[in-house]
Amino acid sequence: MSARDDILDGVRWSLGRSDGDGAAERVRQRIGEHRRNPIPTRGQDNGAAALKRFIAEAEMVSATIAPVAAEADVPGAVVAYLASHNLPARVAMAPDPSLARIPWSDRPTLEIRRGAAHPDDQVSVTPVFAAIAETGTLMLISGPGTPTTLNLLPDDHIVVLRASQIVGSYEDAWDQLRRARERDGTLDMPRTVNFITGPSRTGDIEQKLVMGAHGPRRLHIVLIEDHG
Amino acid sequence: MQSTSHSFKDNARAAMANPTLQRAMGNMRHGFLAKRLAAIDRLPEFDALRDRARDIKNHALEHLDVYLEAWEAKVVSAGGHVHWARDAEEARRIVLAICQRLDARTVTKGKSMIAEEIALNPFLEANGIVPVETDLGEYIIQIRNESPSHIIAPAIHLVQDQIEQSFREIHTQFDRDRPLVEPRQLVDEARGVLRDKFIAADVGITGANFLVAETGSSIIVTNEGNGDLTQTLTKAHIVVTSLEKIVPTLEDAQTILRVLARSATGQEYSVYTTVSTGPRRPNDLDGPGEYHVVLLDNGRSRMLGTEFQDMLRCIRCGACMNHCPVYATVGGHAYGWVYPGPMGAVLTPSLIGVDEAGHLPNASTFCGKCESVCPMRIPLPKMMRHWREREFERHLSPAAMRWGIAAWAFLAKRPKLYRWVSGLTANVLGLLGRAHGSFRNLPLAGGWTLGRDMPTPQGETFHRAWARRRPRGTHS
Ligand code: SF4
Repeated sequence: MSARDDILDGVRWSLGRSDGDGAAERVRQRIGEHRRNPIPTRGQDNGAAALKRFIAEAEMVSATIAPVAAEADVPGAVVAYLASHNLPARVAMAPDPSLARIPWSDRPTLEIRRGAAHPDDQVSVTPVFAAIAETGTLMLISGPGTPTTLNLLPDDHIVVLRASQIVGSYEDAWDQLRRARERDGTLDMPRTVNFITGPSRTGDIEQKLVMGAHGPRRLHIVLIEDHG
Repeated sequence: MQSTSHSFKDNARAAMANPTLQRAMGNMRHGFLAKRLAAIDRLPEFDALRDRARDIKNHALEHLDVYLEAWEAKVVSAGGHVHWARDAEEARRIVLAICQRLDARTVTKGKSMIAEEIALNPFLEANGIVPVETDLGEYIIQIRNESPSHIIAPAIHLVQDQIEQSFREIHTQFDRDRPLVEPRQLVDEARGVLRDKFIAADVGITGANFLVAETGSSIIVTNEGNGDLTQTLTKAHIVVTSLEKIVPTLEDAQTILRVLARSATGQEYSVYTTVSTGPRRPNDLDGPGEYHVVLLDNGRSRMLGTEFQDMLRCIRCGACMNHCPVYATVGGHAYGWVYPGPMGAVLTPSLIGVDEAGHLPNASTFCGKCESVCPMRIPLPKMMRHWREREFERHLSPAAMRWGIAAWAFLAKRPKLYRWVSGLTANVLGLLGRAHGSFRNLPLAGGWTLGRDMPTPQGETFHRAWARRRPRGTHS
């Protein structure tokens, strides 16, 4: 008997499962309906309230935020961030259409390489799929224009977020992903969905908090205030 | 992992006499405990979410066979592979076969308790493959040849000087006189060393906090980002996990995630929550070329339908050990196997047998703190009592333990054992009572404490104080 059949038989035996007890039907229904469990009050904001909460929560987990009025201001904000940390004006950028339409050529000194991260990249710039106000969390998905390594390898991770992408709860974000996938006909999940809440950290040495364990040491959010 | 659970008493005695360990364990109270309280304060719905989390897992366990089949079908349709393993030996062989087919020389690992349970590292090493732990705590104990002493903070039993010393011994490529006095310097050194390993590794192994039936995804939760680099930079991502990790939907996973980090480290949410489904897609620029899940049973299916089924709700947050006065006194290694503290006292006898681990369910004061903090509302003290009853029925207890008076007589005739037992009790009571200075309620001594408060012991028995104060050179 294969290990699979052996284990499943053991589970059925322990549970006293019998054919026709309706278990398969119950499970199919439960999976299909994406029913929400209760969502805490702090996850139910939208609009301006969600924006305000997102900023407060993200700062509490040591992300930094630079609000800008419009897409055209993003290159300036990126250059200012690099200068303020004495970083070279060079970034690895996600080859995603949402970033391509930003007028980077306004800042000719900024060197941009588009693609997945290399081990020696110091700074990355990526879009996000959504942001969750409840805990100041960013949601990033992998795809041809959004390689996962950009979220992990560089010391500084800069994300470009539009205020209209901020939702109240994780559940809202999953619904958005399901809708987006239905729209483009890609019904399955992306290979990787990263929920990122602040920069990397560890408490493994006597419970003392140190930032930048393996992932980025700093997480900087350029926030385009495009609504409200 | 080879168990030493049968010698819990000796292990515990040694732990209590180890001042470095006692100093390290003291860090836990200011860290995890205080932060958990602050996080819960900010979430008024916390207890309601615990109820829901419990119900979700109960439902999933009651339909486990059907959910496992649904999950497996989704993994396969996303291009992944599921490997079922009845026991540790099968699981190890499956991992090895994948590594050998890919000609793997080094394997990076994210923290996985299942990998500890199946003793994967020594097996890979014996077969010429180098496993590299990448969680900082796991890395530290790997280079020290130790095992984890806590399920989420594996190096919690160590102080900074010990870590510095190990880095100086192992990282001989660096200047011998480099400064390593700040935690920052130690972390940076490990970051640099492990960065090269991430890039060189052929296969990445992680655990899973959840398996999602709806999508065939596995979810891991970390703060360092090591589990992500592990699975993104390698040819294949192998998830080693066990069958009770299943939840029906992404929504269900989210509900449990709301209580997980708050209970574990006292964070509102961990830094990285990563949902992985299948291998990289054809047009993706990075990600693993293969995705495998090794699904371990190892005795869990036998717990279903028994009085220990509730234990399978455990999400490995560590809150029960963080709050356990016995754990805080003896540390995790004393428990002798992979899972320490109250959850280990229940789970270990289920997985490796009561003959080997029968002492563990006795390592409790029945103060009830573990159950009161468990986010999944697992009745840990009740299950420890079940084990005691089973042990009693099997006549594994020493005869004297069955009758209280006889027990005292038994101990009184054995001064060494008496000292050990009263030492454990005094330490534990000292910890429990330190906040108040005395006890209003003493477990099993209700009649005695009714009209008076028992003063908190000083955390040291007379015997031990005497031995310490005795002038050097004299004999007692
Ligand atoms: S038994 Fe409860 S408190 Fe302990 S690790 Fe498991 S879920 Fe956490």
